[in-house]
Amino acid sequence: MVEQLTLGRRLFVSANYFVLALLSILCLVPLIHVLAVSFSSSGAATAGLVKLWPVEFTTSSYEFVLAKPAFLTSIGVTLQRVALGLTINMVLTILVAYPLSKEVRKFKFRSIYVWFFVITMLFQGGLIPLYMTVNYTGIMDTIWALVLPGAVPVFNVVLLLNFFRGLPKELEEAAFIDGAGHWTTLWRIMVPLSAPALATITLFAAVGHWNAWFDGLIFMDSPDHYPLQSYLQTVVINRDLSLVSSTDMKSLAEVNDRTAKAAQIFMGALPILLVYPFLQRFFMKGIVLGSVKE
Amino acid sequence: MLQKLKSPNWPLHLMLLPGVILVLIYSYGPMLGIVIAFQKFMPARGGLFDSPWIGLDNFRYVLDMPDSMRILKNTVIIAVFKIIVGFVVPIIVSLLLNEVRKEFFKRGIQTLIYLPHFLSWIILGGILIDVLSPSSGIVNQFLSLFGFEPIYFLGDNSWFRPVLVITDVWKEFGFNTIVYLAALTGINPALYEAAIVDGAGRWKQTLHITLPGMMPIIVLTMTLAMGNVLNAGFDQVFNLYSPQVYESGDIIDTFVYRIGLVDAQYGVATAVGLFKSIVSFTFISVSYYLAYRFANYRIF
Repeated sequence: MVEQLTLGRRLFVSANYFVLALLSILCLVPLIHVLAVSFSSSGAATAGLVKLWPVEFTTSSYEFVLAKPAFLTSIGVTLQRVALGLTINMVLTILVAYPLSKEVRKFKFRSIYVWFFVITMLFQGGLIPLYMTVNYTGIMDTIWALVLPGAVPVFNVVLLLNFFRGLPKELEEAAFIDGAGHWTTLWRIMVPLSAPALATITLFAAVGHWNAWFDGLIFMDSPDHYPLQSYLQTVVINRDLSLVSSTDMKSLAEVNDRTAKAAQIFMGALPILLVYPFLQRFFMKGIVLGSVKE
Repeated sequence: MLQKLKSPNWPLHLMLLPGVILVLIYSYGPMLGIVIAFQKFMPARGGLFDSPWIGLDNFRYVLDMPDSMRILKNTVIIAVFKIIVGFVVPIIVSLLLNEVRKEFFKRGIQTLIYLPHFLSWIILGGILIDVLSPSSGIVNQFLSLFGFEPIYFLGDNSWFRPVLVITDVWKEFGFNTIVYLAALTGINPALYEAAIVDGAGRWKQTLHITLPGMMPIIVLTMTLAMGNVLNAGFDQVFNLYSPQVYESGDIIDTFVYRIGLVDAQYGVATAVGLFKSIVSFTFISVSYYLAYRFANYRIF
């Protein structure tokens, strides 16, 4: 069928394109502005000359930031956290989602386990009791305090178990006829077939660990153990100058507080900006398949 | 079917074991810790059950504080506005996106509007502090072109709440369009063809087919959103507020942080946290029940 393009329709289409383009620009412009500030000279940034393009281009803010030991250690902590936390999250998500994807008549304890996990989504002990639990279990000020309390991401488990349930039952039955047990079926059949869902969940878990800041702030006693986002919280948001050493103070004169912050903000966002476009096509599919049920 | 097809169940229990143990410690453990809401908790005494019991004194103490009503009010106002605006905008954007016929344009827009969702409130907070600054921020520079005086968006009690709502929607509207777009693709194309035969234009089609087709998911997200009425967004508020705007922006979660971890009043902070958890739990349970009744939604 051929649509008749009336004048009103044409006006709507142009207005629609305009509004949507405007919205996406609004999402991007603040980031571009900060990027421009980070590459501008101290003087130009202070004078408010920088809009969306660097003025008096210089990389000195980045040189300054990258020479700061505290910044580099915090990146190290974050990388360690993402590697360890992501592994634990993914293994446990898969191991929990598979039994819970069974039907009750095949696995009669399923309902009990499901409630056991879902209750934690609905009800939490709260900040202080969590803090005390972490303290009592003796993992305060270690990397484990950042990965163990959130070891089982229940929301991701729900996404994955719904995905598992959508796979044809015949595959599983065929595997059992061929003599496979639950472990073989899970790793050799279910996991390979769930690539889109797993890619989605991996993205969520990795971004979650990269972005987490509050647990670092409260569970780490020594700022040397802060992950990047906790470090940025204290330096960029709170302007905590105790983390700035005296040599920093000297070079701050050349670099300027504002451009240095902009450089750190941008570097905190960089990995996500790099990874995200590639994983984007997976997560659309993964979320939709995981959330829409027949 | 054949008995042989049934694999034994013990491997399933074994798979669940590590997850169960960790959840037991780090999710159920803190639930036990709630008892300190009813204690005069003294960290020096150590054990959970060694502190003296004081019944509801911690709750009374909070109720007598002049700030507590203000904090509750702030929390509900901020959360409700976020729920309403954050609910309407994604529906509109998904309807607009649905009218786009050029696939690459649609995809490009989607990629850009999802992006802020993946950045932390630290990054976005840093950006907003810079962009909204009264002296050097680009927003105030822009406004000054039209002759406006500089506005201290993050330090002015009449501006702080609107800024919270707008920036929260800015971060999440793109990502929240995903569910509505998914619902739109599920609408039977034959309905549109029939409507065109009957002479319905795009507007009539949207009104009589698209919107009714989205209704179930709209009802669902609306009911589930109810559960968030005490979640005004700790990450965002904590990273944008300052003592100047406590009056309009201090919420339960930031308050618990300050009295608990900053002032070390563990018992009082836990009492406030428990109050919040119980109210939230009630709202979430009711909303899940309603979602089940009216939209046939189940979590699993």
